[in-house]
Amino acid sequence: MARIIGVDLPNDKKVEIGLTHIYGIGRASARKILSITKIDSSKRIKDLTSEEIVLLRDVIRNDYNVEGDLRKDITMNMKRLREIGCYRGLRHRIGLPCRGQSTHSNARSHKGPRSSRIKK
Amino acid sequence: MSRSIKKGPFVDEFLMKRIEKLNKENKKEVIKTWSRRSTVIPDFVGHTFAVHNGKKFVPVFVTENMVGHKLGEFSPTRIFRGHKLKKNIL
Repeated sequence: MARIIGVDLPNDKKVEIGLTHIYGIGRASARKILSITKIDSSKRIKDLTSEEIVLLRDVIRNDYNVEGDLRKDITMNMKRLREIGCYRGLRHRIGLPCRGQSTHSNARSHKGPRSSRIKK
Repeated sequence: MSRSIKKGPFVDEFLMKRIEKLNKENKKEVIKTWSRRSTVIPDFVGHTFAVHNGKKFVPVFVTENMVGHKLGEFSPTRIFRGHKLKKNIL
């Protein structure tokens, strides 16, 4: 078990996948991190040496905006949009997609689950 | 794709002139405009615009946070007042 940036405990998956358990790191940035640190991507998390873990931790801490800080950034951005009363802010307020997608059907990711009708 | 930095933000010429004039005289007045396509630049901060939405002019007081957005973003063109409520069939 490796503990990188607070609460993340990826298990016995490959490092490339394990790193994506951190909020803010996907496959692309995971690969980039591994190429910087020169860690074999097919290695499992449990096989990492403690030096490698320290190395990963340093790279992520210095170069990446992850977890709480990233979440905070996102909510701050959304808050800004809401407060200035621009189109995107208004869309956020009513919970509809704000990048011009169609909402006639679908758009469920942003709208959330369908509100069920009252049955007869 | 975003606009080339080389060109700088787009602001309609006439609006730019108006703002420059007002800033020079240190005056503030409501600027009626149809130019929804103009970007809000730092010079605009503190002024009030009346931005046309196709029907009427929506007053927009520009704050620092708004820099970089277009004027049209603050003047919604569609009004949605909700759907008709369905009566409960019991």
